[in-house]
Amino acid sequence: VGGPGDVCYWLVGDTQEKEGMLPERAEEAKLKAKYPSLGQKPGGSDFLMKRLQKGQKYFDSGDYNMAKAKMKNKQLPSAGPDKNLVTGDHIPTPQDLPQRKSSLVTSKLAGGQVE
Amino acid sequence: MIPGIGAFTRDILWCFSQVKGTMETGTTEADIISTVEFNHTGELLATGDKGGRVVIFQREQESKNQVHRRGEYNVYSTFQSHEPEFDYLKSLEIEEKINKIRWLPQQNAAYFLLSTNDKTVKLWKVSERDKRPEGYNLKDEEGRLRDPATITTLRVPVLRPMDLMVEATPRRVFANAHTYHINSISVNSDYETYMSADDLRINLWNFEITNQSFNIVDIKPANMEELTEVITAAEFHPHHCNTFVYSSSKGTIRLCDMRASALCDRHTKFFEEPEDPSNRSFFSEIISSISDVKFSHSGRYIMTRDYLTVKVWDLNMENRPIETYQVHDYLRSKLCSLYENDCIFDKFECVWNGSDSVIMTGSYNNFFRMFDRNTKRDVTLEASRENSKPRAILKPRKVCVGGKRRKDEISVDSLDFSKKILHTAWHPSENIIAVAATNNLYIFQDKVN
Repeated sequence: VGGPGDVCYWLVGDTQEKEGMLPERAEEAKLKAKYPSLGQKPGGSDFLMKRLQKGQKYFDSGDYNMAKAKMKNKQLPSAGPDKNLVTGDHIPTPQDLPQRKSSLVTSKLAGGQVE
Repeated sequence: MIPGIGAFTRDILWCFSQVKGTMETGTTEADIISTVEFNHTGELLATGDKGGRVVIFQREQESKNQVHRRGEYNVYSTFQSHEPEFDYLKSLEIEEKINKIRWLPQQNAAYFLLSTNDKTVKLWKVSERDKRPEGYNLKDEEGRLRDPATITTLRVPVLRPMDLMVEATPRRVFANAHTYHINSISVNSDYETYMSADDLRINLWNFEITNQSFNIVDIKPANMEELTEVITAAEFHPHHCNTFVYSSSKGTIRLCDMRASALCDRHTKFFEEPEDPSNRSFFSEIISSISDVKFSHSGRYIMTRDYLTVKVWDLNMENRPIETYQVHDYLRSKLCSLYENDCIFDKFECVWNGSDSVIMTGSYNNFFRMFDRNTKRDVTLEASRENSKPRAILKPRKVCVGGKRRKDEISVDSLDFSKKILHTAWHPSENIIAVAATNNLYIFQDKVN
C-alpha cells in the first residue's frame, strides 16, 4: 500500500485506459465480458478443486438402489445414446460406466518402420 | 567440440536423426506420449504413453561400417506398465496414463525404472536373456513331460545361446499411498529411497518396502475450503540425499531438509519472485503456476517452468530468480482464448543439458526452444515431418507478433495449439535430444563436423 503502482491506479480514472496498457488486462476484460459470472477470486480454489477431483464419474450406489426401489413398477430409463454421460436424470448403473479396456495393441512407437 | 576462445561458444547445429511413431492423422488417444526420459548413461531412452505402455529404445553401438548412422536408437523393449482401473468406492476413474518415468542408476546387468500413473508407482526390471538351459531330464525339448519309465540316464542341463530376448518384469508395486493424483517421482541419490508427490502430499519410499511409506510433506488444509495452492512438481537434490524441492501452483518453490524433521511442512528455503501488484490480473496466478522443477546437474541451481517463462534460481538466493527466459511471451495477448480452450493449463516440462549451459522447453505448433545461458542466445526449432530428411539441419523458426510478417515467419494467429511439445529429454552427456510431439518421438543430434 502506498507504492507507486497504487498511486498510478487511482489517478487513472478511466480503467479502460489502464487495461489497454497491459495485454493481460485486456484479455481479462474480454473474458469477463463473455462470462460475467466468473468467480471474483482470480484463479482461485475453483480450479484447484476441479483439479483434485479429476477422474470423478458419478455412480452413487445409494441413489441407484433407492431409484431401483422406487421404480420397481415402472420402466427404468434406459441408457441414452451417449453412454459416457452418466449424470442428470438418468440413473447410472454399473453397466453404464464406460468399461476401460487396456491397450492390447502394441505401441506404434515400437512397431512399424524404424527410420 | 571447439574449446571456448574467450567468450566464443559454438552454437549447436541441430540435425534430424530419427522419428518414431506413425504418420497417420487422427491420433488414437492411447498413443499420445506422456513422458520421455534418458537413463543415466544415455544408452536407453524410455517413453510412456496415455495407454499405459512403456517403450524403451537402445542406442546401437557405433560401428565402423555405418559411420553416418551415429548411434541410432532402436526399440529394445516394450510393455504394458499400467492398466485402467475404476475405484467404485470413490467413483473415481484411474487413468493408465504414465505420468513419469525415472531410471535407477545401473548396478548390475539389468536395468530398473520407476513408472507411475495417477495412483500407483511400479518398479520394473528390464533384463536380457541370451542363453537358455537345454537337456532337462524330466522334460523333452518342447517342454512336455517325459514318462519317467523311459528315463535311464541322467544328464546335466547346459546353457546354450539363444536369440536375445529382453524381458520386463514388475518387481515392486507401490500402491494405495496417494489420495490425490501423483505428478512426480524422484529417485534419491542414496539409491535406496525415492519420493512420490501428489497434489497435496509427498511420500518417501524405500525400494524394498511396498506396504509402507513415510509422509514427508502434507499441505492439505484442515478445511478444504481454505485450499489455496497445490504441489505441482518435486525432485530430490542430485547429490544431497536429505534435500528436495517442491513447486506450487502459486509459483513458489520450497526446499526442504529431511534432517530437520520427519514431516517437512516447514521449509528450509522459500523461493518466490515478488510480483508487481499493478500487474495483477485474473490470469496472474494461473500463469505463474509452476509446471516443472529440475535441479541442475551441479545441484547449485533449480530451473522452473511456468506458462510463459523458464526461470533459473540460485539455491543461495530466495528472493528472485537469477535468470528469466521468455518462452512465448506473445501468448500474453491470447490468454482469454487460451483459458477458454484450457491450453492455459498445459503443463510444459523443462530440461538442462549435461553441462547445465543450455536449457530447453517446449511450446505450441510443435516448436521447442533452447536458451544458452552463457551466450544468452536462444533458438526456436520445430519438430515436424517436413524437416525429417536424414541429417537435415533444423532451420530456426520465428513467430511474428504483429505488423509485417516475413516470408518464413509464422503469425501468432496461425499457431496450432493442438500441437504442443510438453515433454523433452536431453542426453546426459551428449548433444542428443528427444522431443515428444503428440504421438511421435523425434530424435535430434548435433551435427558432426
